[in-house]
Amino acid sequence: MTGPGNNKATDVIVVGGGIMGASTAFFLRKRGHSVRLIERGLVGQQASGVNFGNIRRQGRNLVQLPLSNRARGIWERLPELVGENCEYLCTGQLRVSYDAEGAEDLETYARDAREHGLDLEILGPEALRQRYAWLGPDIVLGSLAPQDGHANPRLTGPAFGRAALKAGAIIEENTEVLAVEKTGDDFEVQIVGGDRFRAPAVLLATGAWAGPVAARFGEPVPMVSRGPHMGVTEPVPYRIKPSVGVKTRVPGETVYLRQVERGNIVFGGGMRNEVDLEAIRVYPKPEYTLHQLPLLQRVLPGIEKLRIIRVWSGIEGYMPDDQPVMGPSGKLPGLYYAFGFSGAGFQIGPGVGDVMAELIATGATSTPIEAFDIRRFAATA
Amino acid sequence: MAEPRVVVIGAGPAGIRAAQALVAAGLRPAVVDEGLCSGGQIYRRQPANFKRPYEALYGFEAKKARAVHTTFDDLSNAIDYHPETLAWNLSGNTLHLVRNDIADTLDFDALILATGATDRLLPLRGWTLPGCYSLGASQIALKAQACAIGERVVFLGTGPLLYLISYQYAQAGVDVAAVLDTSPFSGQIGALPVMASRPSMLAKGLYYRAQLTARRIPVHTSVIPLQIEGETSVSGVRFRTGKGKEQQLVADAVGMGFHLRSETQLADLAHCEFDFDEELAQWAPVADVDGRSSVPGVYLAGDGARILGADSAEITGELAALAVLSDLERPVSGQRVQKLRQGRERMERFRRGLAMAFPWPAFLARGVEYDVLLCRCEAISAGELRSSASQCGAPELNRAKALIRVGMGRCQGRYCGHAAAEVLADMRGESLRDVGRLRGQGPVKPLSCNTRMKVSK
Repeated sequence: MTGPGNNKATDVIVVGGGIMGASTAFFLRKRGHSVRLIERGLVGQQASGVNFGNIRRQGRNLVQLPLSNRARGIWERLPELVGENCEYLCTGQLRVSYDAEGAEDLETYARDAREHGLDLEILGPEALRQRYAWLGPDIVLGSLAPQDGHANPRLTGPAFGRAALKAGAIIEENTEVLAVEKTGDDFEVQIVGGDRFRAPAVLLATGAWAGPVAARFGEPVPMVSRGPHMGVTEPVPYRIKPSVGVKTRVPGETVYLRQVERGNIVFGGGMRNEVDLEAIRVYPKPEYTLHQLPLLQRVLPGIEKLRIIRVWSGIEGYMPDDQPVMGPSGKLPGLYYAFGFSGAGFQIGPGVGDVMAELIATGATSTPIEAFDIRRFAATA
Repeated sequence: MAEPRVVVIGAGPAGIRAAQALVAAGLRPAVVDEGLCSGGQIYRRQPANFKRPYEALYGFEAKKARAVHTTFDDLSNAIDYHPETLAWNLSGNTLHLVRNDIADTLDFDALILATGATDRLLPLRGWTLPGCYSLGASQIALKAQACAIGERVVFLGTGPLLYLISYQYAQAGVDVAAVLDTSPFSGQIGALPVMASRPSMLAKGLYYRAQLTARRIPVHTSVIPLQIEGETSVSGVRFRTGKGKEQQLVADAVGMGFHLRSETQLADLAHCEFDFDEELAQWAPVADVDGRSSVPGVYLAGDGARILGADSAEITGELAALAVLSDLERPVSGQRVQKLRQGRERMERFRRGLAMAFPWPAFLARGVEYDVLLCRCEAISAGELRSSASQCGAPELNRAKALIRVGMGRCQGRYCGHAAAEVLADMRGESLRDVGRLRGQGPVKPLSCNTRMKVSK
């Protein structure tokens, strides 16, 4: 992708073309700002392109719900905004538990979430069996978010990238940033090959790779990089409509799955892989797939008749409190952050883009994001 | 030092000769074999209660087949043999195996990948009809099960296998309607001097050809295949002759193939470096002349490393084993290594001749019509790949896979990857090297969700 004009100065430079960066570029153009997006590889190629694909508000920390609700509105309008629906299915998201502790957690969350505009339906074993005959017999309680669902991550980041391009953004792919410096009122972004670009505002949205850059601006963060363990089965007739996840207090027992319309069952959960940030590679551990199989069978007994055709992972940045770093820099006016989405960035992605564009364009946002401020790490890091 | 753990994947001619050399040096290797019993594809054995003699099964190669089988049988007490076992993944120095849904692991100090090859295929209108097989599958049906793929068969494609299998079918009494070779006859004549590096091999090729003629089986060269016809199964083949005349043949089965492609998923999962081989028009794991890959401790042999054929597989299997031994600082006969390397070089020369005689018809892949299914698993037509790739922007194959699903299904691009690369390269006006190759992802073959870890070792 390349952009129309190629003048070296824009209103905003977005570094990183994941779903956060691409959707921010798109919404900045909607607000009439000129924007240059610089991506080391291809748009939507890393974590935002290879995650599970949950469009899930349920289960999020309550402080994320306003942002998550805003994102849901964008998912609903995807065809009108970016010209395609990215296989988004609003078929519900179901969380299930096997024991009293898990059930208690589901019920507590359902009570609390209601105040934040997320209505959940608690389903007992009878109701679950009646609606979802394919569920395993061990399940004691379910919590359904009827307005949640799932989408195809591989398509979404690139769709926002193409829409941003169409709306007039300059998209530089296969372009690596060497240095970001503040010179006078502007930032100067130097890329490999020598070119320099200027803008009064820069958004750093480079996911798991953002840490060292933030540290160079005096704002180190305790981010850890891991790769979720994903897999997909061969296709079978489309029966499982909601996205399903297990709520448990037992570490390593979490597993989640969804069936896409063409029939494959996508799943993830259990263990997280070690990653190689420098080589930009993560090799999913075979034993983690074996670890997932009994977990999958417990929630969906019929799956044992299917075969896994592919396993993958991606590189995600996790914060110790599982909240992203999102908002203005505490040190440099004009510098903004959106990274560290801790394995739960896909659903809120377009909302993050909308909010960051609003923040950069107007200096404020109507959606509360204070809990994600990078300054929360200033004392500890 | 504890006994080094050497694992050989594959029990075809390469794997067997590798195991033999390791045992001769006093080691006890493990041999992992996806097959029911050893022999690989080329020397695949018939089921236990089948009684056809070697001569009937393997023709001119009966002596070699017997030698390879006997060698392996004689090793039975000196190796740990894992038949019917898929090496489905690999992580560091641990190999992940599965047999009958029971998973197990095997640690290694050295790994020899002798994973063989499968047919290289091209999409053609009608190629998904029941009754259309690969050349390799046609041969396996005959060799292992004493079955033919049909009563009246057309063989289509190019390469030495095309003639060998047509001959074998005719010999078995099957009505071979015609042999359709996409390569020009002139190229085959031109390549004769190069192929003279292996006179007996060349003589066999000429013999098969002569036998087909003697049986009045039409052999067409410079053929443009147009369509495999049929409603619910194959009923015929439509093609254009070298002289531009359209012809139609009635047949109930088609065997097709365009040389072979290496099975390289394990090398990929072992992080081996790959390079594009212009001559073979395919990506291959990088290896030195003895089979050392770019990853220490991982060795490559046989057609899985480079398509050089069965005789070469015996040589490169032994060479890889001697490389392992040498790297383990065990005594190795330099003379033997020299002799094997010379043998391998002769095979290389012959292969060059074959490539001249039977070129990969890239133009056919690039010319596949819009509505012809290219990726069978995901039901993606050539036209869908073209239009989506240009709309969405897919500068390389993995991006095309991510956006369009080509190569994303059960076969993981093993059967459609070559044609997909040609179509994408053609659309972009680029070379095959530019559009890259599909990254290997586990599992090597589909893995049952019912797989359970072995309880105790």
